[in-house]
Amino acid sequence: MSITVRINGTEHRLEVDPEMPLLWVLRDVLHLTGTKYGCGEALCGACTVHVDEHVVRSCVTPIRRAAGANVVTIEGLSPDGTHPLQKAWVELAVPQCGFCQAGQIMTAAGLLKKHPHPSDEQIDQSMAGNLCRCGTYPRIRSAIKQAAGDKP
Amino acid sequence: MSAGQLVIPRRAFLRGMNLALGGLALGYCTPAEAAPDATNEPSEAPKSRPAVALQSIEPRAPGLNPNVFVHVAPDGTVTIVCHRSEMGQGIRSSLPVLIADELGALMSRVKISQADGDRAYGDQNTDGSNSIRGLYEDMRLMAASARTMLVAAAAKQWKVRPEECLAKDHQVTHVPTRRSLGFGELALAAGKLNVPNPKDVMLRPRAELPNVGKALPLLDAAAYVTGQAVFGADVRLPGMLTAVIARPPVVGGTLVRFDAARALAVPGVRQVIEMPAPKPPYKFQPWGGVAVVADHTWAAMRGRAALEVTWDHGPNAGYDSERYRAELAKSVRSPGSIARKVGDAELALKNAARVVEAEYHVPHLPHLPMEPPVAVAHAQGDTCEVWAPTQNPQAARTEVARVLGIPEAKVQVHVTFLGGGFGRKSKADFCSEAALLSRKVGAPVRVQFTRADDVQHDYVNTVSTNRLSAGLDANGRVTAWRHRTAFPSIGSLFGEPARPTLEDLQQGVLDLAIAVPNLSAEICDATAYTRIGWLRSVYNIFQAFSIGSFVDELAHEKSADPREVWLELLGPARTMSLTDLGVESLKNYGQPLDKHPVDSGRLRNVLTRVTSAARWAERKREGRALGLAVHRSFLSYTAVVASVVKRANGKIAVDEVWLSFDAGTVVNPDRVRSQMEGSIVFAMSLSLFGGITMKNGAIEQDNYRGGGRIVRMGEVPRRIHIDLVDSDAAPGGVGEPGVPPVAPAIANAMFALTGKRVRELPLSKSLAVT
Repeated sequence: MSITVRINGTEHRLEVDPEMPLLWVLRDVLHLTGTKYGCGEALCGACTVHVDEHVVRSCVTPIRRAAGANVVTIEGLSPDGTHPLQKAWVELAVPQCGFCQAGQIMTAAGLLKKHPHPSDEQIDQSMAGNLCRCGTYPRIRSAIKQAAGDKP
Repeated sequence: MSAGQLVIPRRAFLRGMNLALGGLALGYCTPAEAAPDATNEPSEAPKSRPAVALQSIEPRAPGLNPNVFVHVAPDGTVTIVCHRSEMGQGIRSSLPVLIADELGALMSRVKISQADGDRAYGDQNTDGSNSIRGLYEDMRLMAASARTMLVAAAAKQWKVRPEECLAKDHQVTHVPTRRSLGFGELALAAGKLNVPNPKDVMLRPRAELPNVGKALPLLDAAAYVTGQAVFGADVRLPGMLTAVIARPPVVGGTLVRFDAARALAVPGVRQVIEMPAPKPPYKFQPWGGVAVVADHTWAAMRGRAALEVTWDHGPNAGYDSERYRAELAKSVRSPGSIARKVGDAELALKNAARVVEAEYHVPHLPHLPMEPPVAVAHAQGDTCEVWAPTQNPQAARTEVARVLGIPEAKVQVHVTFLGGGFGRKSKADFCSEAALLSRKVGAPVRVQFTRADDVQHDYVNTVSTNRLSAGLDANGRVTAWRHRTAFPSIGSLFGEPARPTLEDLQQGVLDLAIAVPNLSAEICDATAYTRIGWLRSVYNIFQAFSIGSFVDELAHEKSADPREVWLELLGPARTMSLTDLGVESLKNYGQPLDKHPVDSGRLRNVLTRVTSAARWAERKREGRALGLAVHRSFLSYTAVVASVVKRANGKIAVDEVWLSFDAGTVVNPDRVRSQMEGSIVFAMSLSLFGGITMKNGAIEQDNYRGGGRIVRMGEVPRRIHIDLVDSDAAPGGVGEPGVPPVAPAIANAMFALTGKRVRELPLSKSLAVT
């Protein structure tokens, strides 16, 4: 059966098992490898993407649930890496190993859409599902605030 | 700058990138000098230093190519080879800057090439916090050789003395006449000169390295934030298949039988393949088991779930980590063998007015890099090419050659970005698995560890019990100190006895710079029932926890300020001789004591700075308390103050941390700061939640939960203060030394807040935290 999904503005007709997680469609079928596999159980957030207005963990989202939807991945967040979050991330040198950072940025982008000037508590709550083993959390917090035009 | 272009998974391009490899075939000399070895790793990889300069080398690429690290092209492009793996420490943004500065090159005209695994680079194991500290002089020598040749070429052309010329800003200038020639213009002529003898090469004074120690950009930042950075799992070859492997759940277990029928029925699954079983000692061998090879990852995962496998759990099937605690406790309650002796601790304990004793336990700890182990291999005939997030590409090369039975020269190992390493990715097991499967299926294969695989097939940090005893005289002065330690050693992975070695005790026990007149350290027996590896800061984790907690206990017993007790124990600022330390030798992380002394003054300094920044005098306020610890590791000195509070829900949280750090000379201060921030967070996870438990020989955790839980955004203090000591001492380690003092600082703060002394990690076992 074929499923139609719009990913980063491009429509794809996919002949895949409807139960296949969106993560593996992105990575193994479409070769969009910016979205990472970290845990497979929505525990770490490395696979975070946007499906329409929702911030989702693509590792537990069957592709059928994205049928007809607009999916945005890190590759499509901005055409040239100039989303305010990406700029703040570079300016504050947030990444260490970098592996979780796409997921962090996608979750933060969802947060800023909902709360353009998030409080610390809102940052804590929204970012709680995105793990970083290197410990970049303090700079992530600062970068979110900088992107929001707020004081760190 | 070539940000993000760490690996290009196409052979031709890779060859083109590695211009500097031109010198490889032409010979390589291993200096006789002993190589630095960091974390007690009985690695099979060579621990050699790179060839500093090769005479009469014929570069393959036109231009100047005096060694395998630096190439100057006629168009002025300088290619610098980064031979250490990038795993979050920012080495690609640091080491090349040091080389460019010494050369006199502009970073805007520098291309960074990531080295494949090759002995010509000397030791490539990105481990032991050893990249800057181990290479600070060697890498500058590489650049200075090239610079000397550029200057010589210019001087020859102008018929002037080289001493009158200056290499700066990508050009050589004849100072008296202000003539100048660009590096590119000089490259061909310089390339025809003999490479100077290292003895004739002068390093620049520190003040003439324009970028070292300054605010430096994170070169790969843009690649990371746009999803363009290529990690291990992002490498894709035409026709590549993906494998997920069912490995024996117990170390030493073997496969009895398996039924592949249901796995093969999963759409996308191609083959089910039995893996060769490893034999002890396990070293970096693949783990055995059954591989499911499929068109894509999801099919491989589902196929493995459908496999029916029967295991013989083998000799370690009875291992129970909780029961094992009794074994370790029994071990430290009898005398061990003496590893360190000053005065007579036994007698002093006997004659003490008061004896304080305590036992500390730290469980096995997991690595949990965000990127689970993964490797891509393509075996063809008697060759094999591997792409992997490896900390140690030479070990991967050696191992792949061994399992395939082909010469090492026929194996290429390309290093991708690492999604975290922390010691796990020094092992070559996942690379060998991919190589074996690629040969078997006749196609490129990616082996993907699931998160459960990562947790359950980890080379865990060892489990330990430490018993500390102190004798106090009638005035409360500490007259005796005895430290007994028991833990299965990393050596057990390599077939050595599990009992800790003297070298193991360099990590925080033998180099503990205290001035107690009667002092001993004893090694107590331990047995290994699982694969023991090294995790960021290794044995220092539990030694610092034990010592840092015990000093706090002594302070409490004496009704004294822990800061004052630390200063009393450290004694006057001094560098300590082997006699002062009470040891015959000290491994000292591979470095001589005259270059990297054990310096109680530097410990006192970071202690004083951190307590001053944290306003230690106000350490007990309503609902909040501070805790302190200090530790030397990897030749650097770290002091930490943690603040803990009781939240409205009654739980205890860490709300502020101060860290003072003396790593000697620092190349990239921002990356050092980020390593310290990260060390605090990393150590918070192991302090609060971390702990691998084993039942019936198998690891019980399977993902980021339970003992595999790591701290989240809201659990990290919003205020973290990093204080770097400005120093021109020889560079110490950075990646690891921030970790050890964090756990005791937190535990001591929690004691100050609650009155409850917790002598084991994770703290969440005993206290309601976060």
